[in-house]
Formats: sequence, structure tokens, C-alpha cells
Amino acid sequence: MKILVPIKRVPDPQTNIVVKPDGSGIAEDNVKFVINPFCEIAIEEALRIKENQGDAEVILISIGDAVCQEQLRTGLAMGADRAILVVADKLLDPATTTEVLAKIVADEQPELVMLGKQSIDDDANQTGQLLASTLDWPQATFASKVEFSDDKSEVSVTREVDGGLETIAFNLPGIVTTDLRLNEPRYASLPGIMKARKKELKEIPLAEAGASDSLQVETLNLVPPAVREAGKTVETVEELVELLHSEAKLI
Amino acid sequence: MSKVLVYIEHAHGKVPKASAVAVAAAGQVGGEIVALVLGKGIDEVATQAAALSGVTKVVAVDDDRLENYLADIYSTATLQIAEAEGADTVIAAATAIGKDFAPRVAQKMGAGMASEITAVNEDGTVVRPIYAGNVLATTKINTEKKVITVRGTAFEPAAADGSASVEKADLAADAASKMRFVNFEETKSDRPQLADAEIVVSGGRGLKSGENFTEVLEPLVDTMGAAMGASRAAVDAGFVPNDLQVGQTGKVVAPQLYVAVGISGAFQHLAGMKDSKVIVAINKDPDAPIFSVSDYGLVADLFTAVPEMVTAVEKVKSA
Repeated sequence: MKILVPIKRVPDPQTNIVVKPDGSGIAEDNVKFVINPFCEIAIEEALRIKENQGDAEVILISIGDAVCQEQLRTGLAMGADRAILVVADKLLDPATTTEVLAKIVADEQPELVMLGKQSIDDDANQTGQLLASTLDWPQATFASKVEFSDDKSEVSVTREVDGGLETIAFNLPGIVTTDLRLNEPRYASLPGIMKARKKELKEIPLAEAGASDSLQVETLNLVPPAVREAGKTVETVEELVELLHSEAKLI
Repeated sequence: MSKVLVYIEHAHGKVPKASAVAVAAAGQVGGEIVALVLGKGIDEVATQAAALSGVTKVVAVDDDRLENYLADIYSTATLQIAEAEGADTVIAAATAIGKDFAPRVAQKMGAGMASEITAVNEDGTVVRPIYAGNVLATTKINTEKKVITVRGTAFEPAAADGSASVEKADLAADAASKMRFVNFEETKSDRPQLADAEIVVSGGRGLKSGENFTEVLEPLVDTMGAAMGASRAAVDAGFVPNDLQVGQTGKVVAPQLYVAVGISGAFQHLAGMKDSKVIVAINKDPDAPIFSVSDYGLVADLFTAVPEMVTAVEKVKSA
């Protein structure tokens, strides 16, 4: 089984995000960049499928400038087989990102594309679904469990939805997007890091990757949200409940 | 005149608040609002949709193939009605369902999509929180057709005082799903739903275990008639299921009262609850960031404070 895992380079989720004064973007000085946490879960799941099935190949793809090699190398060090970087010097939107991924899917013919449910920078939560629609493939978003039939032709996915867990199944090829509880991603081992240096990392210029020039969705301006003022500190539980009762009138 | 198609969700024969909020957002986008109801045996839901203020017509597609929600056939059906109605904008609530199928509708319509918006500006641009709610982005959709999902706390829900007509439509004969519904394991709870609750009591890593959620936090949740939530840290630690998660990667809530117990207040959690009317924080660390957004902060060991609070609330309620 060939598994394609698209990943994105994003600011470390622990980073304090600061909007540039002119609202054109976020300040990137001293910001550490990592693999988007949901993408990391997707890599881990693909590796586990490979370990269970034996004959799978895990291919990573990222879109961005040369620094994204860093995240691809990390994924290779975790155990992925090879990587593709579509070198882009401009920002794409989910639709153009999807066009690039669809081109790579056409070239690589994977049976499964495993993505994070959303990236923690743009928080759009669109790419997996857009790709599924473009390819007319079935999809299972927000996966918390992924299982294959004995002949590996069908995948059954438990999804974290409102009010409970839903399980759906479909024949491959298909798209799965990962939620938080699917797995706990491994750390790259030292031998893994050494091996990763020798693994293939192919670069493709954006111009050859099939993306439209125009964006469907554009971000015009960024501002920090309004700050909520801290209120009062109470000393005892009695005081708290009394205030909720008489002042806030909520109990 | 432009036309907006709003997808109306339903569970157990009821339209959730999130869909009434989506209708309200459609009112701000402007144009005639057509509500879409998909499913099997949906007459009652269609009637509820017809009552939502601002809706001029409901289109109901009642079909065996739509009995269970599946992303591909639901987007096919939505696209079919959007085309038949000549809608230029499709709007859905940013729920598990809306997030799942709206991008597929956008892709098929050639529409740009803005996810989980919180405001509509006069010039037609929209506002959406990004970077876990640390940044608000003004976003412009450049395409003629548009798809939008709406954050469930961002607009006052449309009132249920209207009376639009209900029209039935047939699903195209060749519409089919490549996906198979297997089962739905519903979280059984007599408590209110997180997204709709007036009061939410959430626990964090400070609770230390799943057992403590049951033994320490739940009595407070139930005494207050609240919904139970949790921080991502508590979900990550395996204390509670992910559908309780409040935060940018979980559910966004804005109840009248939010009680954060043993939650330090990471950005991503604050993004999910800071629009609550009144916030109470109980934490033993006086420097916890949660106190910077709370209206009432109590620095205390939750294992002492929470049982005391149960007693105190019971006393006030019985007085």
C-alpha cells in the first residue's frame, strides 16, 4: 500500500503568536517551526499501518520554501520512506494547495492519503475534504481509529463527531484526516535521524505542480483579538457561590 | 437578488442552535435565505427550519439514501439544490458535519471557502479566528460563489418566529455514496449538550485522572445543571473523550457561566471559551493564565474547593 502524507510547517503551538504592527502577518523572529501536530499524527498513523502491513510505502509531501526540508527530514527520521517538496515562494490557499496535492496523487497513485484535520496556523480544516472532492474519493475526517479489512481493500474509520463516535467504511482509494486521539506520535531516534539524511527528498518547482495563479481566498489583514479584563479574586468558596448567586445571578 | 442556501442540521428530530446561528449569519451576508434540510423522515425538522426568522423557503430532500449523514452524498445533494435554487452562497454551521462536507460543496461549486467565521463586514469580507484564536483574520473570498461555515457562538441565533413555506425536492436518481455508515456510538448523557448549555463546568489536567472527573467534578456539573467540558491537556492525558474538549481544536462555547477547574488556560483553551459571559476559575497556581480572563478567580486546591462548592451551591439552590 502506498500512503501519501501531506504535512505543513507551522509555528510551534507553544509559541506566543504576535501580529506584526501593520497587520500583514505574524512576527516570525525567534519563532520555532515544527510539523503541524495533526500532520505529525498522520505520519505516525501511516508508519503504524506500514509496520502492520509490512509492504507499505510512506511518502511525505510539503509545499513551501526550502526551509520546509527541515520538517520533511524530521518525518523521514520518524520512518517515512521518501519525501517531496513542492518549492513555493508564495502563500497558497486551501484550493491551490489541493490542486498541487491532486497533481502529486495523479503522479504517485497512492491508495490512501492521510492528512491532519487542520493546521494550527490557518485553522481552515479544508484541505483533506477538498482533495477528496477533487478526486471524487470517499473521506473520513476527524479519525480516532483506523482499521483495514483482511484483504486491505476496505478501511473502517471511527470519527470524533458531535455527541459521540461514528464509524464509517469505504473501499480504497480514500482520504483520512486525523484527530487528536488517533495516536501518540513517536520521536525520531538517532539511527532514524542518520538514515533520514540518505533518504530521497525530491524538489519540484511550484510552476510544474499544477497550481492556479489566483487565490480563491485571501487574507487581507490580521489583528490580535480584544483582551478580556481580569475580574476579582475571591478568597473562599462561600464568597464565590454568594457572588454567583447575588451579583451574577447565575445560580 | 442574491440567494443564500443555509444547510440546517438536525439530531433526534431537533435543529441545533448552531444552525439557527448559521441562519443569523446568512442574514448578515444578505440576500434571500433558503434553508436546506436533508435526511429521512424530516417533516418535523423542516417545520422547525421554516420557523427560523429570515428564512423565506425551506427545501426538504427526504430520501432513504440520506438516512445517515455521509460527506459525499450530502455534498452532492447540497450542490444539486444550490444549483436548482441559483444560490451564490452556501452556509453551514461549523459543526462536525458542516466542517466535514462544506469544503466538498465549495470544491464542486468552484467557490472559495471561509471556515468558521465570527463576523461579516459591510464590504462583504469576513472575520475568522486563526492561530488558535490568537489572531483575527479579515478574509476576502475572491470567487463569485462562496461557501462559509459559521462559529456557533458568533451570532445571536435566529428566532423561531417565522413561517416560511416548505418545498420538497427529489434527490437526483444517480446520487450515490462511496461511503458506508457502520454505526454511531452516542455519548449517553442526561446533561445538556456542550454547545447549547447555559452553564459549562470544565476540568483540566489538575484533576489528575479520569476517576477524579467522575468523582470530584461530575457532582459539581450535575448540581449546577451544567454541561461538562475539558481542556485539551485532560483529553491528551486520556482522562475524558475528545468530544468534551473545549478549545480551538475542540468545541467553542460561550455559555452564561463557564467554570474552569484545574485548567491553567493555554491559548488554545482560552480560544474556546473566552466569549463566555461570566468565567470562574479555580486553580491552585495564582499565576495560571486562566485568571487573566476570569471574572471570579479562586486560588485553591480543587480537591477541597470543588466538594465545598457542591455543598454551597446545593444550599443556595434549596434556600
